[in-house]
Amino acid sequence: MPDTLLFYVLSGVAIVASALVIGQRNPMYSIMLLIVSFGALAGLYITLDAPFVAVAQIIVYAGAIMVLFLFVVMLLNAPQEDAAEWDRTHPLRRPGMARVGALLAGLLIIQLAWALMRVSALVEAPVAGRGDAAAISSVRALGRVLFTDYLFAFEATSILILVAMVGAVVLARREADR
Amino acid sequence: MDGWLGVVIMIVLGVGFAAVMIGLSLLLGPKNPTPEKLAPYECGMPAVGDARERQSVKFYLVAMIFLLFDIEVAFLYPWALAIRDLGWPGFVQIVTFFLILLVGFIYVWRKGLLDWGSTARRPRRDVSSKAA
Amino acid sequence: MFNSVLDAIVPMLCVTLAALAAMGAEAFRGRGERMPIGGLGIVGLLGAGISSALLWNRNASSFGVIVADNFGLFVTLVLVVVGILTILFSSQVVERDGLPAGEYYALVLFAIAGMMMMATASDLLVIFIALEVLSLAVYVLTGIRREDPRAIEAAFKYFLLGAFSSAFFLYGIAFTFGLTGTTHLDRIGSYLAAQSLSDNPLILVALGLLLVGFSFKISAVPFHMWTPDAYEGAPAIVTGFMSTGVKAAAFAAFARVFLSAFEPFSADWAPVVWWIAAATMILGTVVGVAQTNLKRMLAYSSIAHGGYLLVGLVAANQVGKAAILFYLLAYAVTNLSAFGVIALLGSRDKPNDELRDYAGLWQTRPALSALMTVCLLSLGGLPPTVGFIGKWYIFSAAVGAGYYGLAIIGVLTSVISVFFYLRVVVMMYMQDRGADAPVVQINAVSMAALTVAIVAIFYLGILPTRVLDLATQSISTIF
Repeated sequence: MPDTLLFYVLSGVAIVASALVIGQRNPMYSIMLLIVSFGALAGLYITLDAPFVAVAQIIVYAGAIMVLFLFVVMLLNAPQEDAAEWDRTHPLRRPGMARVGALLAGLLIIQLAWALMRVSALVEAPVAGRGDAAAISSVRALGRVLFTDYLFAFEATSILILVAMVGAVVLARREADR
Repeated sequence: MDGWLGVVIMIVLGVGFAAVMIGLSLLLGPKNPTPEKLAPYECGMPAVGDARERQSVKFYLVAMIFLLFDIEVAFLYPWALAIRDLGWPGFVQIVTFFLILLVGFIYVWRKGLLDWGSTARRPRRDVSSKAA
Repeated sequence: MFNSVLDAIVPMLCVTLAALAAMGAEAFRGRGERMPIGGLGIVGLLGAGISSALLWNRNASSFGVIVADNFGLFVTLVLVVVGILTILFSSQVVERDGLPAGEYYALVLFAIAGMMMMATASDLLVIFIALEVLSLAVYVLTGIRREDPRAIEAAFKYFLLGAFSSAFFLYGIAFTFGLTGTTHLDRIGSYLAAQSLSDNPLILVALGLLLVGFSFKISAVPFHMWTPDAYEGAPAIVTGFMSTGVKAAAFAAFARVFLSAFEPFSADWAPVVWWIAAATMILGTVVGVAQTNLKRMLAYSSIAHGGYLLVGLVAANQVGKAAILFYLLAYAVTNLSAFGVIALLGSRDKPNDELRDYAGLWQTRPALSALMTVCLLSLGGLPPTVGFIGKWYIFSAAVGAGYYGLAIIGVLTSVISVFFYLRVVVMMYMQDRGADAPVVQINAVSMAALTVAIVAIFYLGILPTRVLDLATQSISTIF
């Protein structure tokens, strides 16, 4: 019962914060609210017995990626979204287009609800009874799997990070550095 | 779910402390605002322009590189918890991972991306031009 | 060095070490100092080629996720050829365009290492990481000419759509893992063969998502939208590199995943791939006819060539599988040489890639226009070039498997494509060189590389048996 309560509280926080993210005119507020949403998500991951995902969510998303977002906002120097310009000129704001969009969104919700109601019976049978679920719930077991079965993938990730580093330097280099 | 109670208590205490302090100062502190008091402090000079200056792309690059090394550190967490099971092979594996990323670190360092302000190697032209 | 657990990764290790060395060299390079970084890459690639040759027929495997079977090694060798040609052509381009040499070569080598990983990986997760390594490197290479707004636009489009397709691919992996409990291809295959999952829609979702992910990378219709823009905006040599290398690696992984792990479901995916192949061949050819920019034209031509490769995948018989490998080699050499010529004819401030820039080229550069003619004829599939043999095998595989429709579409589109390849040839030989036509200098290294490539095109076109035997040997080990 406390688990269920926790689930509703955390998902409520996540949903409200996410809705507020897109409702803000000031991008700084959006970023701060996104951090709240990420924090609530991390809590949800913990209730799902996935502590590593929760920690990664905090370290990587709420930490590093939000810093990146902040820098982008500062880089673009757009303290206020120019709402009037957007309302006037954006093609998606025409009433016809907006109606089509609303229709599609409604369809998506119906489809998701239908799929979620049907899929639970479908999924349980093949997935149950395999050992991997236990491995995820403990970070220690995850570490064991990561450094044995997935060792090569892990080492290859370092190359991936390295490529990203070179790429960032190449694309953001100053001309004088040539 | 067990063992997370400490984290919850810490979060509650941290948020609570900050909230109580701000709330108390709002309630108890004397309020007598004047325009001078509300102005941002800037060495006795009148404030000029917007606080939100446009930042150099250099900051973004630093943030990007921080993100990449942050991902590297995220991998340390499961390794640190599993180190007793993994033993020396595990140590060799994580060292290999770090050695490969060390090349990236040396590269970034030597490229001067971590240099802040003027250095002996690269005198900054924009500083002198602004001063003149 | 051999007979250890690391055997299977030696080829990609050579390339990775060369890339790391290139980064190190760039880091310690003094300002304006010149270093033979390209040569470093060639050494690494040669090491990869030699080690692949030594690993031939040994079926080495490392970490349980990298398998150096003959199939993977054949593609690795194709990638070595792609890499060496790219670096040789780049020697002139890097200097002319003032590209950052160390980073350029490091990214090319990292991309090749990722491609090799993709071609030899036997685990979906490793395939995904390899895909990301090569994609990230190629995105950056696309936009490496930062001062050119078209290159930036191309890189941006390519990056956004590529990231999108990676998400599809990853989602497909997640569904596969959810159903089978493993990401290892062999175990997925045996699990799917043992269980009767044919009524489970989730397996079809997984198949569909993986298919979309691969189709993006090989730019099959209807996931080809990024291709013309990305290929046109990127520097010509990078276009040549990504149109051959990325395609070879993606096709190798595509074939491995769909012909081994998802073989039990071929009745489900083969008809879909049939339509994709047909649409890809037709659209690539028909739209290609209307282009006036040579890079854009060859972009559509490379879409069409992806369609021909898909025909081999649909046929999925012995001839078809071997034909895919042979065609990958043929296409890599030919297409890369064609883009090499375009790259060499460019200048720093003008790419010179419009069709009219080629008017009367033979008057000023007869050798280069002859080489370009050979490349174009081979792309069109005319004998005695390698393009003819490749297409012939692909289509005979389709006929052998009973896919007459695909074979007919393939032959018809090939005939149409000859029209636009010949248009360039006509332009080069029948028109007068305008007074404002660009004059270019070409260095000896690039010219030598081109000549070798042309010799290879003729050699493989006239005496293909040896390489075809190798291709046939390659597929016997895995399928």
